[in-house]
Amino acid sequence: MPERELTFAQAVREALAEEMRRDSRVCILGEDVAEAGTPFKVLSGLVEEFGAKRVVDTPISEAGFTGVAVGAAMAGMRPVVDIMFGDFITLTMDQMVNQAAKVHYMSGGHWKVPMVMRTTLGATRRSAAQHSQSLHAWFSHVPGLKVILPSTPYDAKGLLKSAIRDENPVVFFEDKMMYKLKGPVPEDDYTIPLGVADVKREGDDITLVATSSMVQVALGAADLLDREGISAEVVDPRTTWPLDEETLIDSAKKTSRVIVLDEGYGRYGVTSELAAVIAEGAFYDLDAPVKRMGAMHVPIPFSPLLEDATVPTEQNVFEVARSMCQ
Amino acid sequence: MSAVTSKPETAGTAEKSTSEKEKWLHAHRQMVSIRLFEEQVNELYTRALMPGLAHLYSGEEAVAVGICEALRIDDYITSTHRGHGHCLAKGAAPDRMFAELLGKEAGYCRGKGGSMHIADPATGNLGANAIVGGSVGIATGAAFAAKNLGTDRVVVCFFGEGALGQGSLYEVMNLAQLWKLPVIYVCENNQYNEYTHYQDTTAGTILGRAVAFGIETAKVDGQDIRAVNKIAAGLIQRARSGDGPAFLQCDTYRYSGHHVGDIHREYYRSKHEEQLWKTERDPIRLLGSWLIEQGYADAPALETISLEARKSIEAAVKFAIDAPYPSVSEVDEDVYA
Repeated sequence: MPERELTFAQAVREALAEEMRRDSRVCILGEDVAEAGTPFKVLSGLVEEFGAKRVVDTPISEAGFTGVAVGAAMAGMRPVVDIMFGDFITLTMDQMVNQAAKVHYMSGGHWKVPMVMRTTLGATRRSAAQHSQSLHAWFSHVPGLKVILPSTPYDAKGLLKSAIRDENPVVFFEDKMMYKLKGPVPEDDYTIPLGVADVKREGDDITLVATSSMVQVALGAADLLDREGISAEVVDPRTTWPLDEETLIDSAKKTSRVIVLDEGYGRYGVTSELAAVIAEGAFYDLDAPVKRMGAMHVPIPFSPLLEDATVPTEQNVFEVARSMCQ
Repeated sequence: MSAVTSKPETAGTAEKSTSEKEKWLHAHRQMVSIRLFEEQVNELYTRALMPGLAHLYSGEEAVAVGICEALRIDDYITSTHRGHGHCLAKGAAPDRMFAELLGKEAGYCRGKGGSMHIADPATGNLGANAIVGGSVGIATGAAFAAKNLGTDRVVVCFFGEGALGQGSLYEVMNLAQLWKLPVIYVCENNQYNEYTHYQDTTAGTILGRAVAFGIETAKVDGQDIRAVNKIAAGLIQRARSGDGPAFLQCDTYRYSGHHVGDIHREYYRSKHEEQLWKTERDPIRLLGSWLIEQGYADAPALETISLEARKSIEAAVKFAIDAPYPSVSEVDEDVYA
């Protein structure tokens, strides 16, 4: 029997539904999460199964309902908040950075904040500068938070279930361009531990470390490289924190060349951190400086031609990788 | 009225006055303890035994004690940077409080929180917060959980009038009223946002803000603990029975500076003004006079309460000074649960 396939959006929904069936403390809070099922329709059907007390429509009030989730988590619930566009996390920063991330530490371990924030990243949806950013580096910078960047439907389901069961505040970034991507997703109740990277494709000549939306780009580039006789390994860290440094370093040692790809800004960003981890851990095994590729350092423009120029493509990655291997 | 029914009524009245007497003597003791606690904090700070900052609650004791006496131990509070009074009134032990203020292992947060972050699940203290208005989300969320988990717990969210400038307060008040959450927003109007009079920072009225959301509001003399307690008890009962949030304005006064180092205050308020509040509106004296008037205590009895409280506060300070610091190896413990 062929493996069952789900879209990325369906995998997210299935993870939520399974966890809500398993644990009555799990609830969803966000703008238009109930009957509307969010503008991306990721949550369609959940309010019908779980009711409006557990799938709660909020006002357009990101700081308010994120703060409510922090307190509700402390007082015994396991809320999942939905921040429609990743750009809007700016509105929640005090709640996430000064409150959620620090409660456990500041209280000497006495209070916990088991909450999840689901939000989106990714450009090329023609949504312009305030609906297209990939700001996951911001949360990755803060001790006390965990950050997940799923790149396949399989990973989305398993990682989201782990996030909901985690005792800490976890931020789960979904690439909004990937919601329709299909892939095998088992019907079982499986989880994927946080902090374990996944080698998406094995290779010997160069490592492409890629996150979220860039994993598909890296796999496409690896196909192009293969035609040139260059064998690329694609490693997906899956979580920026906790970070599986060992798998990244081992792959770098094996291939001796690394490109790090992430859709956020590289400046003080995820690619910079991953490149530094690899440089520190595999310096004497490298044949070339670690290369970073990410969003261009501009606000995301509207005009399609301009917007597309801001994000690395398969062709860009292929060319950079080929030149590194020559 | 028959003799049969009048007899238990008389007994009831006697019982009531005994419990009334005990209740207010206890409240008096609590306020005195907080005042003495803060005196010791000032002392520790000026003797350079206490690291960091200290924001004293002296002058505002009737608010914390009046309200917390109307709460159950399993009800929640959130507190502020000026939070020692709230924590003590909710049941925190002075020795572990002092230990936290000195950064000791025996402190409520094992030395990781300090003066502005005392938290204690055992007394329902969700934590003091050093971001002005920073705990309004947590308080409202705890109320959301209290309601959704089917408990009848109530949450009191303490904040100063300085927090009225923060937008998140209005976001959560909107949610609390929409969802009829059991949370009481207690605005301690001690007149000053740090070094600026609140009238220079606050357009319109304080209560008008909550009225706009249709939230039940009340305003009380925050120096009169009996008035605070009575009005708080009503709002708490109302919230507990499912009738939703309330907003209580307590007008009070901060005797000291914004923090212990704020000594020269003449540029923002006069010594005369400070003196007037201390002599005319001191919450401990006001309750003391009432206790004497009622015949519940005489001056020597109140003096004895003070002496006993002083002894136990001094013992608590000694405990904290003698207590060990945490091991440096604990620095990266508890970042994650």
